[in-house]
Amino acid sequence: MANVSPALPGTSLAADCGMSVVPENPPPHVAFQVFLDGIGAAVRSVFFYVLIGNYVGMGALAHEVGFSFWWMALSTVLVWAAPAQVILLSTLNTASLWEVALAVTLSSVRFLPMVAALLPTMRRPGVRQRNLLLPMHLTAVSVWVEGMRLLPLMAVERRIAFYNGLGTGLISGAVIGGAIGFLLAARLPPLLAAGLLFFTPMAILMSSARNARTLIDGLAFALGLVVAPIVAAQKIGLDLMWTGLIAGSIAYTVHRLREAKKANKKARERKPAT
Amino acid sequence: MSATLHDLGPVLALLLFGFLPNEVWRLVGLMLVHGLDERSQIIVWVRAVATAMLAGVLAQLILSTSGPLSSIPLSVRIGAAVLGFVAFLIAKRSVFAGVLTGEAAILLGTYLLGA
Repeated sequence: MANVSPALPGTSLAADCGMSVVPENPPPHVAFQVFLDGIGAAVRSVFFYVLIGNYVGMGALAHEVGFSFWWMALSTVLVWAAPAQVILLSTLNTASLWEVALAVTLSSVRFLPMVAALLPTMRRPGVRQRNLLLPMHLTAVSVWVEGMRLLPLMAVERRIAFYNGLGTGLISGAVIGGAIGFLLAARLPPLLAAGLLFFTPMAILMSSARNARTLIDGLAFALGLVVAPIVAAQKIGLDLMWTGLIAGSIAYTVHRLREAKKANKKARERKPAT
Repeated sequence: MSATLHDLGPVLALLLFGFLPNEVWRLVGLMLVHGLDERSQIIVWVRAVATAMLAGVLAQLILSTSGPLSSIPLSVRIGAAVLGFVAFLIAKRSVFAGVLTGEAAILLGTYLLGA
């Protein structure tokens, strides 16, 4: 961690108050050095290797369903969301385009709160909205998790360049993995190629379980696993949407009931005292 | 010429039905950055729906009856996923350990069945 410089005490405070000691934009060569530090942090992250494995499976899937090598690379750079890309690869050839778009958009809702939580850590006077467009686009589960962990360790004026480096490093791992998977799938025996595709569900399972720190997250995920086959058996279409709405709403309701119960209990405990 | 037009199809479909519906949430997040926090009730519900959908994607892949993964027996797929998850828990929630174990298990199971 030698190349992660700690925040100077008072730096961000001065920026928040808009005082005259507004931190200068780092000169271009420093910003580039910080960008490279971000790439270094990406390569040291466990997510770099999980992403390669994940996208090896994805590249193989792209090859299986008949998309081109460059289409696969372009979809990683533009979409940069494994679940949405799985939906694209497995439904773009078969489902109606509007259903595909709906499934993609419903699977990507998580980006809203992630981006909304991340960008305020980079805000300071002199940062324009367009400076935040690249960090916004690079935000995915992997980059966000590592960014939220590493950004508080450094001065606020370095964070955008560092996060851009981190995101570029991780997205590169995904593009490389996708390319390897695409090329391997063409040469591997079909059963082995199918085995490679298992990286995708495994990475979804582990990273979701790892990120599910609260009851509602864990419950929504577990219920989704149960509801999905039931919905699929009904053959009503829009399986993913119904799975999300049913399982997600049940998990949310349980969460609300639990919160209400907690609040009631607190209120009851307070009453005898008064 | 016709090849370029033919290639334009999937790329246009990617832009309109993949990139745009995906990117819209990042843009909304950027625009609402001051107004919302992760604890607001709509976001809590929306996140639960998104998480459940992610599980739906996972279930579809593991239980798939069509596509390349369906050539591997269902019992091997479920067994490998369970093994991977157990390894993940044993290794202090290491995504790395879980993914590698699950992948090794499915490759071994596929190899043994293929032999």
